[in-house]
Amino acid sequence: MTVIAQPATRVFTRNWLAYKRIWYRSLFFSFLQPFMFLTAMGLGIGALVGSSNPNAFGGLSYLEFIGPGVMAATAMQTATFESSYPIMNKIMWGRNYEAILSTPLGTRSIVLGELLWISFRIVTVATIFLVVLVVFGIVASPLAVLALGVVLLVGIGFSSMLIAFTTTQKNDVGFSAIFRFGINPLFLFSGTFFPLTQLPEPVRALAWATPLFHGVELVRGLVLDQLDLGAAPFHLAYLLAFAAIGVYLADRGMARRMAK
Amino acid sequence: MSTSSPSLVHARGLTKRFGEFVAVDAIDFDVHPGAAFGFLGPNGAGKTSTMRMIACASPVTDGTLSVVGMDPRTQAREIKARLGVVPQTDNLDTELTVRENLEMYARYFDIPGRVARARTDELLEFVQLKERARDQVEPLSGGMKRRLTIARALINEPDLVILDEPTTGLDPQARHLLWDRLYRLKQRGATLIITTHYMDEAEQLCDHLVVMDKAKIVAAGSPRELIDRYSTREVLELRLGDEVRANLNGALDGLADRIEELPDRLLLYTNDGERALDQVHERHIHVTGALVRRSSLEDVFLSLTGRSLVE
Repeated sequence: MTVIAQPATRVFTRNWLAYKRIWYRSLFFSFLQPFMFLTAMGLGIGALVGSSNPNAFGGLSYLEFIGPGVMAATAMQTATFESSYPIMNKIMWGRNYEAILSTPLGTRSIVLGELLWISFRIVTVATIFLVVLVVFGIVASPLAVLALGVVLLVGIGFSSMLIAFTTTQKNDVGFSAIFRFGINPLFLFSGTFFPLTQLPEPVRALAWATPLFHGVELVRGLVLDQLDLGAAPFHLAYLLAFAAIGVYLADRGMARRMAK
Repeated sequence: MSTSSPSLVHARGLTKRFGEFVAVDAIDFDVHPGAAFGFLGPNGAGKTSTMRMIACASPVTDGTLSVVGMDPRTQAREIKARLGVVPQTDNLDTELTVRENLEMYARYFDIPGRVARARTDELLEFVQLKERARDQVEPLSGGMKRRLTIARALINEPDLVILDEPTTGLDPQARHLLWDRLYRLKQRGATLIITTHYMDEAEQLCDHLVVMDKAKIVAAGSPRELIDRYSTREVLELRLGDEVRANLNGALDGLADRIEELPDRLLLYTNDGERALDQVHERHIHVTGALVRRSSLEDVFLSLTGRSLVE
């Protein structure tokens, strides 16, 4: 394992070198994003939706309902974005991987190194998000820290799946389809903004089968201290399987793509 | 060049196929330590595919290949640790500075930080980029980027440096500067493998050449040997008016060992160009331009394939 782990940290170091020039900008937006979201949706819209039916969100305020949900969804978005254009750039346009593969490193080190880097980014963004949730006063338990682990799992899953997809693409046209028909619907229909019980039965079943839903459920349960212990192992198992399959596909895809 | 020393690259029946397409067709060659070994040929001849197999970037389809004494199929990692690669298209890290490009590359080779910094200083000096160390890569000129890529390829003190068309796309001044650096590298005892479709580059840098055409090696030897074997000592280049050329009807017969017809001129291969020119005049053939020169590798290629190197 050290044979692979050590070279993978080199890829992480390379990304850190490039990132350290822009980290303050990146962190600023990581703060700004949840702040704006929670203010507009949680407080603004929340004041309206809460007034019509106090029990619409299972006794939660709208802010409490969407805060953890958006935290999980943000991890998905960060992961997918970081695994699309930047990875394609390193495969095709900038040819960074070609240069790296002229050294003793192999494609597995590249995939693991990129996942390590994206994990770092996701944990950073999610930690900031959690701090903002604390500021908004909706974090109910210290166990909320565990939500970072869930979010990391969601991120690794989406990131590796996107890397696997990227390795099969000849240009960036496919990304807009993925974002439009994959990521956006998941963002909207994973129980992030409203309970899935609002959806017709067949659509609800479909939403149940998607990965973000399981992440949203776990994060919400942990942040608000009302985890459903019966369902939690199932959610966790789903996310673990999703990430494991993703890492396998990303590893295989990168090896195939770079050996031409 | 010693032929008894063990070769750094040893290829027998080396073949690369992409589906039905044969990019490299059962070629044999040996690269000995200290050599500057050139692959000369037009675009699409199979040079880059051969380079990529040596660099362990592309799997061997068939035949045997050993690089620095090891098998690319099973020891790619160990081989790559001892190679320096300058690819055809620049792949410098544009998100890093000039200096970071070298130091980061050293890390991929697991070179300790202190050693990496020292080598980076030394290499930036060697490729004359010391003043640009803190700059980003993108504003550098094409020649500077090439030099940086060469410096990067030397960061692990490789036993073998592979350069795929190192000066393609550079202006003449940048080419000469690059040749000068490669020449010094050669003098320091480095073994180089260079692909090129420029005969002047091959003549300048290489002491052993193989000429590739349509996936095969069609000739091998030193530049001088190739010229002696496949061409005459001199060449008479004749430019004729269209009408004169259309109505020659064998008027030039017997003046040269061989005549090549190019779109804009005729090449008469002979050991005495001046004498052939005199004979042309004696036969009252109206000439619009004439030049006598020594044979070059371009002529070798023309004689071997009937085509020019650079189209």
